[in-house]
Amino acid sequence: MGKILEINGPLVKLELPQTVLGEQVRVGRLGLVGEVISRDGNTALAQLYEDTAGLCPGEEAEGLGWPLSVELGPGLLGGIFDGVQRPLQAMWEQSGDRIARGVAVASLPRDRRWHFVPDPGRRAGMPLFGGEVLGTVQETESIQHRILVPPQVQGELLELAPEGEHTVEDVIGRVRLADGRIEKLHLFHRWPVRTPRPFRQRDHAVAPLITGQRILDTFYPLLKGGKAAIPGPFGAGKTMLQHQVARWCNAQIVIYVGCGERGNELTDVLESMPTLTDPHTGRPLMERTLLVANTSNMPVVAREASIYVGITLAEYFRDQGYDVVMVADSTSRWAEALREVAGRLGQMPVEEGYPAYLGSRLAAFYERAGRVETLAGDHGSVTLIGAVSPPGGDFSEPVTSHTKEIIQTFWALSKELADARHYPAVDWLESFSGYVSSAAKWWADNIDPGWEAARAAALDLLAASEELQRIVNLVGVEALSSEQRWTLEAASLIKEGLLQQAATDEVDSFASPEKQFALLTALLDIHRQGMKLVKLGAPARRLIQMPLLAQARRWKSQHSSDDLEALKAKIAAIPAAFEPLLLEYAPAAPSSAMEEIRP
Amino acid sequence: MKNIEFRTAASAQGGLVVMAGVPGVAAGSRVQLRDHAGRVRSGLVIRSANDAVLVEVFEGTDALDLERTWVRFLEEPYKLPVSRDMLGRVFNGSGRPCDGRPPVISADRRDINGEPLNPAARAYPREFIQTGISAIDGMNSLTRGQKLPIFSGGGLPHNRVAAQIVRQAKLLGEEAAEFVVVFAAFGASHADARFFQESFEESGVLNKVVMFLNLADEPVIERLLTPRAALTAAEYLAFDLDYHVLVVMTDMTAYAEALREVAVLRGDVPARKGYPGYLYSDLAELYERAGRIKNRRGSITMIPVLSMPSDDITHPIPDLTGYITEGQIVLGRELSNQGVYPPVTVLPSLSRLMKDGIGKNFTREDHPRVASQLFASYAKALEVRGLAAIIGAEELSDADRRTLAFADAFERRFINQSEDEDRSIHETLNLAWDLLSMLPPESLIRVSEEELAKYHKGAA
Repeated sequence: MGKILEINGPLVKLELPQTVLGEQVRVGRLGLVGEVISRDGNTALAQLYEDTAGLCPGEEAEGLGWPLSVELGPGLLGGIFDGVQRPLQAMWEQSGDRIARGVAVASLPRDRRWHFVPDPGRRAGMPLFGGEVLGTVQETESIQHRILVPPQVQGELLELAPEGEHTVEDVIGRVRLADGRIEKLHLFHRWPVRTPRPFRQRDHAVAPLITGQRILDTFYPLLKGGKAAIPGPFGAGKTMLQHQVARWCNAQIVIYVGCGERGNELTDVLESMPTLTDPHTGRPLMERTLLVANTSNMPVVAREASIYVGITLAEYFRDQGYDVVMVADSTSRWAEALREVAGRLGQMPVEEGYPAYLGSRLAAFYERAGRVETLAGDHGSVTLIGAVSPPGGDFSEPVTSHTKEIIQTFWALSKELADARHYPAVDWLESFSGYVSSAAKWWADNIDPGWEAARAAALDLLAASEELQRIVNLVGVEALSSEQRWTLEAASLIKEGLLQQAATDEVDSFASPEKQFALLTALLDIHRQGMKLVKLGAPARRLIQMPLLAQARRWKSQHSSDDLEALKAKIAAIPAAFEPLLLEYAPAAPSSAMEEIRP
Repeated sequence: MKNIEFRTAASAQGGLVVMAGVPGVAAGSRVQLRDHAGRVRSGLVIRSANDAVLVEVFEGTDALDLERTWVRFLEEPYKLPVSRDMLGRVFNGSGRPCDGRPPVISADRRDINGEPLNPAARAYPREFIQTGISAIDGMNSLTRGQKLPIFSGGGLPHNRVAAQIVRQAKLLGEEAAEFVVVFAAFGASHADARFFQESFEESGVLNKVVMFLNLADEPVIERLLTPRAALTAAEYLAFDLDYHVLVVMTDMTAYAEALREVAVLRGDVPARKGYPGYLYSDLAELYERAGRIKNRRGSITMIPVLSMPSDDITHPIPDLTGYITEGQIVLGRELSNQGVYPPVTVLPSLSRLMKDGIGKNFTREDHPRVASQLFASYAKALEVRGLAAIIGAEELSDADRRTLAFADAFERRFINQSEDEDRSIHETLNLAWDLLSMLPPESLIRVSEEELAKYHKGAA
């Protein structure tokens, strides 16, 4: 038993001999919990997850003997937890609207019974290895929770419970370890959040994560098991884009970590998710979703812990063989929490007050993403999407620039686009994806071999229009040739008819890969057909007046992903729309010219 | 220990006093100092160890004689007595009455720091609040429980806009009687404070307003208490007495500067522009006290006003605020110089909660798409205006000239309105269609074809 020596904000100096770095401590009359971050002789410095007001020097302190850990077992999905995995719903019922200090509530419900079905291949006397599947619990309609042997346990299975109802604390099996000790197995186990969960080996990421957002899937793809960042100044639509990804992506589990963000945003997710349907399974989205919430007004140290809690939960579902997406909103707030503690420790600041280890901590965190072969021999993945909130929208600041070196997909949000209400405001010039060639294989196999070329053509068009726009800004559009004006118009068609996507529009909110590809090729076709005419001498002005262009801009919100036949019919009619002009400008040989311009 | 006076002040500097030899003082505890003249000052313990206790003194440490200073530790956090009688009263920056009337008597005293709201207990803001200002209602709608700051600059009419919102804000339909205002000013000039007081008086809402005033010549450290005291009052009115509370706080820049001043004294490591690394968390503690709670009738809607130093929206104060609040109303110098009032620069303005509080069942079905179309058309029009400035208006095409005319009309008729003009949301939307009708229907792709047929005046 030790005692408090000094209180300075969230940091408390303790007289606590024999404590270990990272150990959890409980201090004071209120029993506030924290972790040891440094030791010097008999004194230790601890950061507390709760506000320290009211603590007095001289009050008691004790080490708990374990590092910050999470409970992993059935009862996680559909829940909302704080930065140290306390269940917020249960705390609300127990202690009211405000988060009182010193409240201890078990992460997983203790009284709920789950229907456990043992793995049919397991018999008493068989060897058992860490990470193997003991049996299953149907946690939600769409997700089967696989009960895993804790990774560090290895031995001989002595006993396994038959099919039946169990609480998470019931003993469902016993194992004799190599040293002869008997280990009891439960429906859940604990894992320290700062230690990555083990796996057999890393796999290549092969399949793209389909988010239903055209600018992401078609232009800057992310793979399942990949790492992405969404940087953007405030008001650029970062949160909206992350919500869209969390809603529509084809992962089996989505973990949304609200790290130092707005309370109302989490409420929005909590209220809207149960009413939305997963387009891939037809089940309510909440069944596959789990929220970790440490809003900006909650204590700063728990904010630092929250992303580790989130990633450990993600790894746990990965180890069950699932594809997991974790969205961390925002890693900048996490970095600021790191900075705040470093500042109080008096550590030498490097850039913008951040400690020197910012880059290495960020890199180590993102490395916990990946597609792996699990200890049980399955394949699972953790895809990590981190939002970055650069101060003043300046991408050269430390968190953004470090992150940019670590991730492979960069979805840069632009204030200019957002101001013009071009959503999602993903800047097509600043963004990049290192996964295009891997994604191209998937698109070629599953959708169309022409994907990679079409994507490149559209990007070329956008880049060309950027050049032309600069000229227009100097001397006006009249100075451009017809060909150039048509290029400009076609690029604007792609921006408005393809890149812009209304999250609030029921039809437009999600686009299947088929719809994305259909729209992409349709708009490119319009460009190509028009360009032929321009080359025959038709002035761009005539083409720009064609009603087809206004119509094509509406296609995205007129046809849902299930209604592609009608869209394809409209696409097939594109050449017909150009026919009158064609007759005018190539009257001599309309039929042969027609042949020529058909693809 | 509450009754013991310690005379062990070891050092004092710029608002901080170090007390030696006072064991076992609770962090965050309130402190009373009596100086040699018998004047009582109050403070808070910000760091506590057995050998030294660091105290922040709100009234400052001027003319403090260490040998003749007596300090009592009250062993409780800073608290504000709350009661229904606060309505119509004026308090100073630390929550003591300064209107010459007797103190508020109440057994119910609340810790001004509050406790964080459990995110699971929050209810999502959905009800549209009509402010009667087209630029806000039409394009950046405010909802009940939202925090929507006004980003302004020195010399811009943010106070007039805030006062107009306070006068005109109402919910469509009912409950007008349950609406009260908590007004907090920190670092405000006497003229500004008087302006608000008179404006509330004239419109007859004064008995529904609680004012907390820390004026520009009053202690700087006290500014750290003022918003907390005001929000404690607001929380009591909203969640205990079921009022819908509108909190107006001005000027957040003065607050952040006070925070920086204290941080420097404490020796905190500075992050950006000398502001401490915890500026974000500190601002969030204030802003996040807005909102609605499930199963409670009241709500707190917050309009913080802040002046952007040198009109720079990337300055840490507006920047961090923008990351916490649910949007921002940006006032612009250019519009203001052209005589447009309120000079709302719509493109960088935003209301994040708008999408859920407008449209069918809330305002009018076409509202979301009309707003989106206005943004898109105006953004386009500004591009054309930039072009016209370079190549001259004569060189523009007919279509571009129509666009230019739209931009002018939009600024003169839609954004511009008089200070006592209270437009209903229907008037605002009809006006929007009048303006959009200046543009050819095929260029309006954000609105639906049915809406074009119904509202566009040029449509056949």
